[in-house]
Amino acid sequence: MDLTQAERDMMQGLQGPAAADALGLVVRFAEAVGADRLLPCASAHVDGCLYHGQASLDFVERFVALGGRVKVPTTLNVGSVDLIHPELFIGDPALGAAGKRLMQAHVELGCTPSFTCAPYQTLLRPNFGDQLAWAESNAIVFANSVIGARTNRYGDFIDLACALTGRVPDYGLHRTENRRAGVIVEIVGLEDAGTDLAGGIAVAAGLFIGRECGDTIAAITGLPASTSEDDLKALGAAAASSGSVAMFHAVGLTPEAPDLDAATGGREVPVSARLGAAEIAAILARLGTVPDGAPLTAVALGTPHFSLSEFDRLMPMLNLAPFAVPVYINTGRHEWDRLLADGRAAGLEAAGVTVVVDTCTYVTSIIRDLSGTVMTNSGKWAYYAPGNLGVDVAFGTLADTMLSARAGRVVRA
Amino acid sequence: MSARSLVHGRAAGPVVKLDDPLSFWGGFDSASGKVIDRFHPQHGACLSGAILFMARGRGSSSGASVLAEAIRLGTAPAAIILLEDDAIIATGALVAQMLYGIDCPVAAIGDPAEWHSLSALPRLGIDAGAEAVRITRPG
Repeated sequence: MDLTQAERDMMQGLQGPAAADALGLVVRFAEAVGADRLLPCASAHVDGCLYHGQASLDFVERFVALGGRVKVPTTLNVGSVDLIHPELFIGDPALGAAGKRLMQAHVELGCTPSFTCAPYQTLLRPNFGDQLAWAESNAIVFANSVIGARTNRYGDFIDLACALTGRVPDYGLHRTENRRAGVIVEIVGLEDAGTDLAGGIAVAAGLFIGRECGDTIAAITGLPASTSEDDLKALGAAAASSGSVAMFHAVGLTPEAPDLDAATGGREVPVSARLGAAEIAAILARLGTVPDGAPLTAVALGTPHFSLSEFDRLMPMLNLAPFAVPVYINTGRHEWDRLLADGRAAGLEAAGVTVVVDTCTYVTSIIRDLSGTVMTNSGKWAYYAPGNLGVDVAFGTLADTMLSARAGRVVRA
Repeated sequence: MSARSLVHGRAAGPVVKLDDPLSFWGGFDSASGKVIDRFHPQHGACLSGAILFMARGRGSSSGASVLAEAIRLGTAPAAIILLEDDAIIATGALVAQMLYGIDCPVAAIGDPAEWHSLSALPRLGIDAGAEAVRITRPG
């Protein structure tokens, strides 16, 4: 491993014992992945706030005890509890307390108490080409694909160690030659689909590349012209749920893919699939576990965390209230502050919508009635919730979910 | 031998070979040391104290936390011998070494034939150092 003088000094403890300790871990990790050197990173996003046992807490407390401070702007992923609305947590109190301490210990290290899986929305948007040490699968895909920043799939322990040192190992997606598409997925005949349908098409494309492309980067062509940044977020989240996708190119939509040649680096690349309306519908149908018409117990939106533009789309649909079943929406506390300031929070409350911040309804105990079917517009939620929560799930577009919330059963727009 | 040491340490024990890669997160219970992924062919197998042969890693990076917790609790494998490098497994073992001073050596043997023939032995010892990995049949 080829360390700079500054890195050797850090290893010797010149920047304190916590940085030295963390750098030791980064270097041994770098050796395990075959990196020859480290790179300075612009920011870190740390997914250390979900409690997986005493080791989760011991690791962070060690750096707190050593007086550690993060060396780059560092946001935090969701935790186990909603600190702003703690009454929403209905799980084991001991786990709730450990989860809360985990969140606070990270803040003591200088991490921003963002508790969001979508820090790129309102809080800390990286720049094109920035080297990052990011965890959280959807955030990794978004940063690489939609922003053109560079991160590998970092995760437990290493994300925080990179933050405490401001360094990442130089391998994988940090390097230009590893960011090119190796396979093409064509979406056929759906260029003119409207805004609401574009959300579903994006989820289907994401589920498909996750399942079929492994860690080969896909260039997706033919997505609807109406595809929004929120749809690309949903695509990446779905791809990182059904597979280990860290990056995709949406040709004509994402910054490293103005055209197919740019996405593939000019190489000849095979077309792995052509997906038309029928294939897209079949992929989405497999995501649900119940037929249309099935009664619902809740609607869950905001996985990844709902953006302000998603709230813009949702607000007119609140005219459908009263809803027959509870509607939960996960978002970040920074988005929530904006909603409070501009009066939309009051509108959501008046419509009976429960806004959940700092956490997510699929990783923790929030939804009170899990005995039936929950409907969502999130491919990620639909993918994980049956396993995590033991619920049945129905998938639909945003408009489908709100009409269904009113009807109390699965209906389509 | 074409083995790379990902996490140093020494261990010996009975060999357990997994037919499919296992995600420690969601697939392994750190309290009992057992495989709990109900789709895994060795569902229910106990990995505690074993020299675990697993071709490659799988699944969420939270697997590192689950492995570190299992090492803390004494329910983890004694060593893990991979075919391909895996950063998540290496991280879990490195962190447990850092926090608790307990070694769970991790090595990657690049050669499939060699990996398969070692995995067929009933017991093994491993000494993974900075320079080399030594694998022995305890007498």
